Amino acid sequence: MTRYITHRLLLLPLLLLVYSFVIFVIIQAPPGDFLTSYVATLSASGTSISAEQIQALRHQYGLDQPFVVQYLYWLRELLHGNFGLSLEYRRPNADLIGEQLGLTVALAVMSFVLTWIIAVPAGIYSATHQRSVVDHVLTVINYIGVATPNFMLALILMWIAFAYFGISITGLYSPEYTDAPWSMAKFVNLLEHIWLPALVIGIAGTARLTRIMRANLLDELNKPYVVTARAKGLREWRLVLRYPARLALNPLVSTIGWYLPQLFSGSLIVATVMNLPNIGPLLLRALINQDMYLAGAILLIYSFLTIVGTLLSDIALAMMDPRIRMGM
Amino acid sequence: MQLDATVAAGAVEERIAVASNWTLIWWRFRRHRLALFSAGVLICLYIVVLCPDFFATQDPQQTDARQAFIPTQPLHLFDGGWNPWVPAIVGKRNPITLRMEWTTDPSRKTHIEFFTHGQPYRVLGLFTTSIHLIGATDPAQRIFLLGSDRLGRDQWSRIMHGTQTSMTVGLVAVTLSVILGVVLGGISGYFGGIIDQVIQRLIELLQSVPTIPVWLALSAALPRDWTPTQVFLAITVILSLVGWTTLGREVRGRFLALREEDFVLAARLAGCGRMRIILRHMMPTFLSHIIATSSLAIPVAIISETSLSFLGLGIRPPAISWGVLLQEAQNIQTLALAPWLLIPGLVVIVAVLAFNLVGDGLRDASDPYSH
Amino acid sequence: MPLTHTATEPLLSVRGLHVAFRMDEGTVHAVDGVSFDVHPGQVVGIVGESGCGKSVTTRAVLQLIDPPGRIAGGEILYRQGDAFIDLARQSPRSRLMRDLRGADIALIPQEPMAAFSPVHTVGAQIVEALMLHERLSRNAARDRTVELFRDVGISMAETRIDAYSWQLSGGLRQRAMIAMALSCKPRLLIADEPTTAIDVTTQAQILALLRDLKQKYQTAIIFITHDLGVIAQMANFVVVMYLGRVMEEGPVDDIFHAPKHPYTKALLRSIPSLQTEARTVLPAISGTLPHPFNRPSGCPFHPRCTDMVPGRCTTLVPALRALGPRQAVSCFLHGSEAEPA
Repeated sequence: MTRYITHRLLLLPLLLLVYSFVIFVIIQAPPGDFLTSYVATLSASGTSISAEQIQALRHQYGLDQPFVVQYLYWLRELLHGNFGLSLEYRRPNADLIGEQLGLTVALAVMSFVLTWIIAVPAGIYSATHQRSVVDHVLTVINYIGVATPNFMLALILMWIAFAYFGISITGLYSPEYTDAPWSMAKFVNLLEHIWLPALVIGIAGTARLTRIMRANLLDELNKPYVVTARAKGLREWRLVLRYPARLALNPLVSTIGWYLPQLFSGSLIVATVMNLPNIGPLLLRALINQDMYLAGAILLIYSFLTIVGTLLSDIALAMMDPRIRMGM
Repeated sequence: MQLDATVAAGAVEERIAVASNWTLIWWRFRRHRLALFSAGVLICLYIVVLCPDFFATQDPQQTDARQAFIPTQPLHLFDGGWNPWVPAIVGKRNPITLRMEWTTDPSRKTHIEFFTHGQPYRVLGLFTTSIHLIGATDPAQRIFLLGSDRLGRDQWSRIMHGTQTSMTVGLVAVTLSVILGVVLGGISGYFGGIIDQVIQRLIELLQSVPTIPVWLALSAALPRDWTPTQVFLAITVILSLVGWTTLGREVRGRFLALREEDFVLAARLAGCGRMRIILRHMMPTFLSHIIATSSLAIPVAIISETSLSFLGLGIRPPAISWGVLLQEAQNIQTLALAPWLLIPGLVVIVAVLAFNLVGDGLRDASDPYSH
Repeated sequence: MPLTHTATEPLLSVRGLHVAFRMDEGTVHAVDGVSFDVHPGQVVGIVGESGCGKSVTTRAVLQLIDPPGRIAGGEILYRQGDAFIDLARQSPRSRLMRDLRGADIALIPQEPMAAFSPVHTVGAQIVEALMLHERLSRNAARDRTVELFRDVGISMAETRIDAYSWQLSGGLRQRAMIAMALSCKPRLLIADEPTTAIDVTTQAQILALLRDLKQKYQTAIIFITHDLGVIAQMANFVVVMYLGRVMEEGPVDDIFHAPKHPYTKALLRSIPSLQTEARTVLPAISGTLPHPFNRPSGCPFHPRCTDMVPGRCTTLVPALRALGPRQAVSCFLHGSEAEPA
């Protein structure tokens, strides 16, 4: 086991290196660069800028160097822990990301917890009470949940809240708290607001997870070891939880790894719609404006989280399933 | 007498044994009424894809600032007998905001008829006609079955055209994914060895890159001056490039497992060539699985395209897709004024739901071990 | 030590059991009127082709029939003290059934490969049963499990109880399964094809083990198999089933040396023997097992019967008729009455 983990950990930097190159290529792929769109924005607002100034800026930002040189420069800075400056905001990327990171993580964690707390029991109930009224209702909700893009849900909820109740549920805080320093009251206010975006983000995931849990459990319930357990005289709900549910959970655990990056990107769209301070919209702007160091840094963090997430879920799976742990 | 009984019993058995796999799948699928109904819905949608102009009431790009935010005009069929009509639109200037406010007035009717003549259009680029499914009796009148947006464009017609784009993107993207996945996965699984290792590492690499940021990056990378068609093709390719890995992995896994199966060994022992084994013996076992998986992948592609376009990174105006239409609904204040702008979202939900139900039905029907 | 045959009161008495499965294509009568008795300390062998209803019968005893199947009629009388309770009337989830399962009546299920949970150790699964029925503490249960493992002949018992089922060989797994079944000292053991999936040598060992344990614990055993050779070694009493009905039942000697029913005779004939001359055709039973939705009218065996009487056997169903103190047969050739329609 430990050998397996060390093996994966050793691969980590190598993978990150490969990713960094791929990311850089993708960011630089659009023709032009940051200055092109910057100049376009300037001219749209009526300011003009001379050709020499553009050239000087280009040289200052190192944008006139060949592609590989720019990449190596970026790589070198990264290895020194320097995430670079955002071309657009003129601030260190580390600061920009850091500000949004906390809330992004909070939102992601809340969604994750909500999803699993709802989905697993719902799936178990659905499978053990197949074709009951509750099962049918849950199935309908699940199907619709999977079919609804989460930004649609966000839009609908926001509209209902606004049109019928006159409240605006965008943002994570009520207006008076937005720029206020941290306090207990602000924290409470955050909690009041955060559950809704967390729910919206989580709903599609919850629906999908419930369906998978239900299907897995239905498969397991037909297996011989369930008969053995019943023949031993165990109570039904106890044996369901202890044996088939436990096994049905395994495939789900192996997908936990995908959650980490997905929650960040799933929240991206919702965050944009609901105007939440989140890394997602930051990335979006950076990509559109070709603010390459910022976009690169964020994408690299995403990739890092993916690799770590996959590793964590593999470890979790190995812990839960002795067949994998002992290398069957 | 005894022999006859045996023969008769055997003959009855034969009748059950001869139905081909595809017939069995169809029989089992047929029993899921919900899946069958959804398949019907999909067929309707694809009919619209083939000829959206027929269903549209007017030119989807026609703007008229004076007719912005007109509410929906629900269709009524009877008016003392068969006489379809929609409530007429009346405008009133709000004395305070000085803005035109539109409502529908059921007491004043605009009559409509089916299969009217309207703007001419080409069907599939083959021939020209000017018959539309529905239109006002007075050809100068514009009707807005599902209301109008902020530029006075008719939403019903735009949804029809959007259906064409969105459904096609989904279908084409998944087809490309399937081709990529089956070919690469098949090669990987069947030949094994180094080829397998290389393709596997590639798949792992692609799979661990987070999807949405990659889409965003790739879509943002599309030059601003490309034509809508080029953008459309590029989006399709992007979606398929990201989506083929799951299928590739599954196909490879299946091939690997099937290679060891007894029936493949039996075919080899009987002297079948490699191609024949692959095509006639191995493929049919998971062809149905591929179809089922694909039909579940299409809604994912549709939602992806919708999301991308909604963010402004996918299909761009003046091209129309469901996502582009939903961009109009981004603003809460606007939505409060004109909630009908959310209707394209409902269409998305219905389409995706239908695909999911059909896909589930196909998957259940084609799995020989689930009974 | 001779068997103590406590009077003639059976431990379990199955009377006219009917189990039906309602499927979309039709109703399958998996068990169609089965009756037999099991006496304490006795081995009853149920033999028949695949699909004849042997397993379903025994599952019904433990009320382990899952929907769409249900017990459609008959009685399953189990003796507790001086009284009999009808297990067929009990609800599958009732306290009574749960107390019986594992403690009074134990099951060795059909596939030892898959019968243990793959993510729990075998020891843990046995400890669970012991803690539930015998009310032992976890440590005491663990010790008892080690003893049990030794009883069934598993070497290195202390380490083996912490093994997972897939780490054990087929024979060891089966022994562990037997240990689990016997852990709470049941009065009746149902062994569903315990030797089908293992090789002949191990099979002989397992059968010897079962005989010893039966002797030691005085457990009655219902032994299900399709292998007549195993029946001859193990059973005191044999029940021959076909398509959900009992064709013949009786003491093992009577069945083997004086079979009455044509099906029993055909089965015995079809056992390949080293004594037969080379190059003689293997006598197989003609025809095939009918499709479950396509049951023959009249006697279920008649399409394949060499002695069939047209008219009678094709239209009427023979009832089980006693031919002696313990032998019974359902065949018109041996005086069975027709069953009411």
